[in-house]
Amino acid sequence: MDIVNEILEREQKKAEKYKPITVEKHLDVEFDVGTLLASDTNDLDLKVLQSDNERDKYLEALTRDNTQLLLNKVWELPTERIDEAIVVRLPVPKTLLPRSKPVPKPKPLTKWQEFAKAKGITKKKKDKAQWDEQLQKWVPLFGFKKAAAEKEKNWLIEVPQNVDPMTDMYEKKASEKSEKVAKNELQRLKNIARARKVKIPRVGLPVTADKANAAQLATAAVVAKASTASLGKFQDKLPKEKEARGKGIHELIPGKERKRKAPIPTPQQEKQNNLNLIDKILNKRPKIDMEKAVAKHIHTEQIQRSEEKKNAKPIKGKRKAKGGNVTNFTAKKPKAGKGQRNPNKKATGRKRR
Amino acid sequence: MKVLSEDRTRILFEKLSKYIGVNVKLLIDRPDGTYCFREKKDRVYYISERLLQLAQTVNPDHLVSAGTCFGKFTKTNKFRLHITALTYIAPYASYKIWVKPSAEQQFLYGHHVLKSGLGRITENTPKHQGVVIYTMSDIPIGFGITSRSTAECRHADPLANIAFHQADIGEYIRSEDTLM
Repeated sequence: MDIVNEILEREQKKAEKYKPITVEKHLDVEFDVGTLLASDTNDLDLKVLQSDNERDKYLEALTRDNTQLLLNKVWELPTERIDEAIVVRLPVPKTLLPRSKPVPKPKPLTKWQEFAKAKGITKKKKDKAQWDEQLQKWVPLFGFKKAAAEKEKNWLIEVPQNVDPMTDMYEKKASEKSEKVAKNELQRLKNIARARKVKIPRVGLPVTADKANAAQLATAAVVAKASTASLGKFQDKLPKEKEARGKGIHELIPGKERKRKAPIPTPQQEKQNNLNLIDKILNKRPKIDMEKAVAKHIHTEQIQRSEEKKNAKPIKGKRKAKGGNVTNFTAKKPKAGKGQRNPNKKATGRKRR
Repeated sequence: MKVLSEDRTRILFEKLSKYIGVNVKLLIDRPDGTYCFREKKDRVYYISERLLQLAQTVNPDHLVSAGTCFGKFTKTNKFRLHITALTYIAPYASYKIWVKPSAEQQFLYGHHVLKSGLGRITENTPKHQGVVIYTMSDIPIGFGITSRSTAECRHADPLANIAFHQADIGEYIRSEDTLM
């Protein structure tokens, strides 16, 4: 019996040393074996957590229990033996981990792409090669074979009638092509600058090979006018001069982009401003209206004359007494047959027969 | 609702003073509150400060009009008076023309005022002066610009134009969609 007891005691001691593999929990612990993650949703014992001496022990015990549960789960999986070691193949993790790097930003669209998007233009897939009727063979869209085909096709280029007959059409074609390439390159750089928000210096008006059109000339005139130290404020204006308008022209004119809107005035301020402005308009020295002045002058003259006539009537007799041949010089032609004839009075005017 | 630029304010007041002269001041300097002019889509609105503040709570994209439309600025930056301004202009008009009842309809259809339709005219109205057109029963029916002075009217033949048509209340029906 002694031996039995001894063995039992030893076993008990051993058992005390190792904690049991079963753990009791209120709520089941959630596992994601793929990432070896166990999340315990049970409440913590706040009282123990707040006491200084027992906190560590409590947390240690809790961690052990949860780890035990996790390992139990791991042991449930099928095991393999590779090189003396027991190995478990973990399942696919369920938990989604946030990425460490920020999400890449979408590439900024080029100007054409923006336009195409706004207009709903989609790229059409083209065939890599096209059938050339003239050469009777398939010609690729680009590459050395295309260049060779072009060369073969253009063994002769006609000089159009409106072009100087001595021009080298091949050279012209090559320069056109190189210009296109240069333009494309410039646009590419512009796109990059726009994407990085770099301010591009003004390039001014484009240099044209032949005559500039009316809009370009108008723009050039406006830009030239504003290109003074005072931004063209004191430049004279033509009677019917118009500001050049159009897309991108405003940016070309110096001093235009700096203009800021005036702040909205307070109601009282605005009223005062308006009243001042009205006063200015009303007090404007009136222009001399020749027609009106002349009409007024004639009108006053007429009134004066009519009054003279009225005043002259009573004097008439006196004048007659004087015997003078006084005539009233009026603008009107003297008319005969007005009123009674006076045989004493000499008829005025030409003698009529 | 934009505040009018100084340039545009000047053009507006110059136009208004053609019709009502010194009385323009009375439109701004009112005893019953402050009134101001605001611009939206080139239209000029005459609006009280109180109403303006209420209008500012509306999204500008959704706001069609607020206050009274006085007229619009053309593309060449000239101001054109609309008939909607008549209620504010008519009481202050210094020069008036009264048309005979027989000529009322002609005017309301957008024709000029002829000598034959002229009932009465303010004494010494100058040439090219903005006038308000009235019926013989003193109801304002539109605006015009005189083509002859009062003195010249006396000698004009019956079919001569006395006043050029500018706006009339018939426009409320004829150009309903473009007025505002």
